[in-house]
Amino acid sequence: MSCIEQIEYEILLQGASFKESAEYIKKHFREWYEVEPGYRLFDSHLIGVPPVVLGVEGEDVIFPYVKPCRGTFLLRANSPDEVAKLRAKKKR
Amino acid sequence: MTETEGKTALLLLGCPQVPVQTSVAIHLCDQLRERGIAPVIAGTGSARKLIEVADPKRRYIGEVVDLDDCIDAIAEKERDFDYAYVFIHNDGGVSYAGTLSAISQAHLVGIVYGEHADETAALITFPCEVVATKATHNPMPIVVKLGKVLP
Repeated sequence: MSCIEQIEYEILLQGASFKESAEYIKKHFREWYEVEPGYRLFDSHLIGVPPVVLGVEGEDVIFPYVKPCRGTFLLRANSPDEVAKLRAKKKR
Repeated sequence: MTETEGKTALLLLGCPQVPVQTSVAIHLCDQLRERGIAPVIAGTGSARKLIEVADPKRRYIGEVVDLDDCIDAIAEKERDFDYAYVFIHNDGGVSYAGTLSAISQAHLVGIVYGEHADETAALITFPCEVVATKATHNPMPIVVKLGKVLP
């Protein structure tokens, strides 16, 4: 996830566990998808416990970002391309 | 020629907040080399520096690479290992081990340590051999347990 600093994002959660972040997405977003760790998002590979849950709202994607020392951040970023890529997958 | 000769192992280091990580990693490199296995360390900047300063002539450690670059290379199928040892003391460490379980063909071992080792180990819900102990400053409990699962 080395390219994350190059996009504009909003922090929805910080200090939560990876599991709590996944549960937050399922609870707060009607549209969500499951992908495998390593899934390429914003030109980086997602880190996480399988399956990784990603939320979508409008043209925003909601995704977990793991930092080794600081844990999981749940981020929201605008990306019609990433949303279209996810929507091409089967919705859960 | 032994069964393990010529094989490779990844040691994935997380945040070096808990003191045992560096010494156990160097010890593990030595044990792997004894078995003919080439160790490669991937870690955060500070984790790598601690290792490199502790073994300046690289008598034990070998190649040392950036954590994100290593994950990228494995995910892109440019590189893989026969064994992967992930050092875990927090939720982030579990996430990195989970990632390797999905992108790598390596035999995966999670070395779980720190004050909350049992709770952290319980978060490992994917295929992974787990070595867990509450060690924080004394590396010996980990070294003993790890010795029982080495190839």
